[in-house]
Amino acid sequence: MSGGPSSGPVRRTAMLDSAGAYLTQVFAVADAEVIKLRHDPTDLISRAVQPILWLLLFGQVMAHVRGLNTTGGDYLDFLAPGILAQSVLFVAIFYGLSAIWERDLGVLHRYMVSPAPRSALVIGKALASSSRGLSQAVVIYACAALMGVGLSFRPVDLALVAGLIVLASALFSTFSLIIACIVKTRERFMGVGQFLTMPIFFASNAIYPLTLMPGWLRVVARINPLSYQVDALRCLMLKGGHSQFGLGLDAGVLLVVTALLIVIATRLYPRLTQ
Amino acid sequence: MDVSPGPIVSAKDLTRRFGTVLAVDHVSLNIAAGELFGLIGPNGAGKSTLMKMFTTMIPPTSGRATIAGFDVAVQPQEVRKRIGYVPQLLSADGELTGYENMLLSARLYLIPSAARESRVQAALEMMGLTDVKNRLVQTYSGGMARRLEIAQSTLHRPAVLFMDEPTVGLDPGGRRAVWEHVRALHREMGAAVVFSTHYMDEAEAVCDRLALIAHGKVAALGTPDELKARLGGQASLDDVFAELTNERIAPVGGGQ
Repeated sequence: MSGGPSSGPVRRTAMLDSAGAYLTQVFAVADAEVIKLRHDPTDLISRAVQPILWLLLFGQVMAHVRGLNTTGGDYLDFLAPGILAQSVLFVAIFYGLSAIWERDLGVLHRYMVSPAPRSALVIGKALASSSRGLSQAVVIYACAALMGVGLSFRPVDLALVAGLIVLASALFSTFSLIIACIVKTRERFMGVGQFLTMPIFFASNAIYPLTLMPGWLRVVARINPLSYQVDALRCLMLKGGHSQFGLGLDAGVLLVVTALLIVIATRLYPRLTQ
Repeated sequence: MDVSPGPIVSAKDLTRRFGTVLAVDHVSLNIAAGELFGLIGPNGAGKSTLMKMFTTMIPPTSGRATIAGFDVAVQPQEVRKRIGYVPQLLSADGELTGYENMLLSARLYLIPSAARESRVQAALEMMGLTDVKNRLVQTYSGGMARRLEIAQSTLHRPAVLFMDEPTVGLDPGGRRAVWEHVRALHREMGAAVVFSTHYMDEAEAVCDRLALIAHGKVAALGTPDELKARLGGQASLDDVFAELTNERIAPVGGGQ
C-alpha cells in the first residue's frame, strides 16, 4: 500500500466502498437470473434429464467394458464426476445464447448504459450460470447416490465441489459469452456452439481415462480445462477419490483460464449493443 | 451535483460512420439543462445513432459529445451515471416483475440500500404502476412497459433522460399516459429530456425545442413555432418535415 499515513484510512474506506459497490452490481446481475429461474424452473428440470440418462444408460452399459476399468473402482464411480462436469459444460456453453437473446430484445442495453463496470456485468452473468450448474449438481448427486456411486458427503468435500462448479460454470459461460460477442447472431451461435461442445467433451477425461487415448488426443485433453475440472471432481466427489494432476494444479488452471476469459469478455461485451 | 453553467448535452461536429455510410454527419447542437428536446426526422436519418453516441453505446468516429461536461468517449462511466436511456427496444426484462426490474436498476445504479425500497416504491407510484408491480412485465401493455422503463432509467435522478421513439407502437391512450407521466417526472426532477419521435403532434406538444435530422445532419433547429415560421403562414410541423426532408407525404395544396 502506498500513500502517507494520514491518507491511509481514508483511502482504505474509499476502496472498501468501491469494492462494496462492485459486489452490489455483480450480485444485482446474478440475482436477476436466479429470480427468473425461480419464476420458471422448467428449464432447470428439463436440463436435468440428460445427465441422468448418461448415468443410467451409458453408464450401465459401459460399466461392462473391461478396458475402461482403470481406476480400480467401479466405472460408475469414474463416470459420475465426468457427467457432472459434462452437464455443467453443456449448460454453460450455451449461455452466450441468452446474451444474444437479451441483445435482440433490448434488455442488454439497460446493462450497458448503467454505470456498472463491464467486468461486473460479465462476472454477474458468469455467477448466474453457476447457479444453474449447482442445481445440476444436486440432481446428479441424488441420481448417483441412488445408483450406488461411492460419493463423499464430507462437508469440506461438498463445499469444494460447489466451489469447483461455480468456477467451471463461470469459465465455460464466459467462453460462451465471448463467442456470442464475436458471432452476434443466434443462428451462427448455435452452429459454433454445437461444433465446440463435442470436442471439448470427448477430448477430455470425462468418460474415459487419458491412458486409453492416442498420444495426440492426450495432449489435447491435457490442455482442455474440462479435464482439470473432471480431475478435481474425481478427487472431491468420491470417497477415497484421488487427483491425477493434483488439486492445486486443477484449481490453478481453472482460475487462470477463467480470469483470462473474463478479461477478454469484458473487452468484447459492449460490442454486442453496437 | 452538476450545476454546470454550460449545456447539459453538447455535440460538436459529431460524426459516425458505418463502413462507407455516414450515419451522423458533423452534428453540432447544445441542449440546456431541463430542456425538453425532440429529435425528428425520417427513418434512417441518424436519430438513433446520434442518441447511441450520447448514451455511450457507440463511440463517435470523429467530433465530440459531452454530457454535463463529460466527454462520452473519454469518461463514459461518468456520463452513464448522469443519464437515463430508454432504447427503442424493450429494455425491461419480461421475465421479471415490475418491482424486480426496478430493484435490479436500483442496485446497478447503486442507490443506497437504505433508500432503495422507498425510491423504488415512489417511482412505481409516480408512473402509475403500483397496482401491477408484482406482475411479470411480459403481461404488461406496451404503454405500461414503457412507463416502467422510464421509471427504471430515472431512479438515479439523471441529468438527462434519453428516449428513442418512446411511444412507437403504442395506442393513443398509451401514448397519452406516457407523455403525462414524462411531463410529471420532468416537473419533479427537472432533468433534460431528449427524445426522438415520428409523431409531429407529439413533437409540437411536448418539445421546448427540436432538431430535424435528415441525412445525418441537422436540417433545422429551433422551437416548434420558429420552425413553422420558416415556411410562413399556416405551415404545420408536418409541412416543415416534408419541406426539409424532401419527403412529400401528400400533395401540398397550392404549393409548387
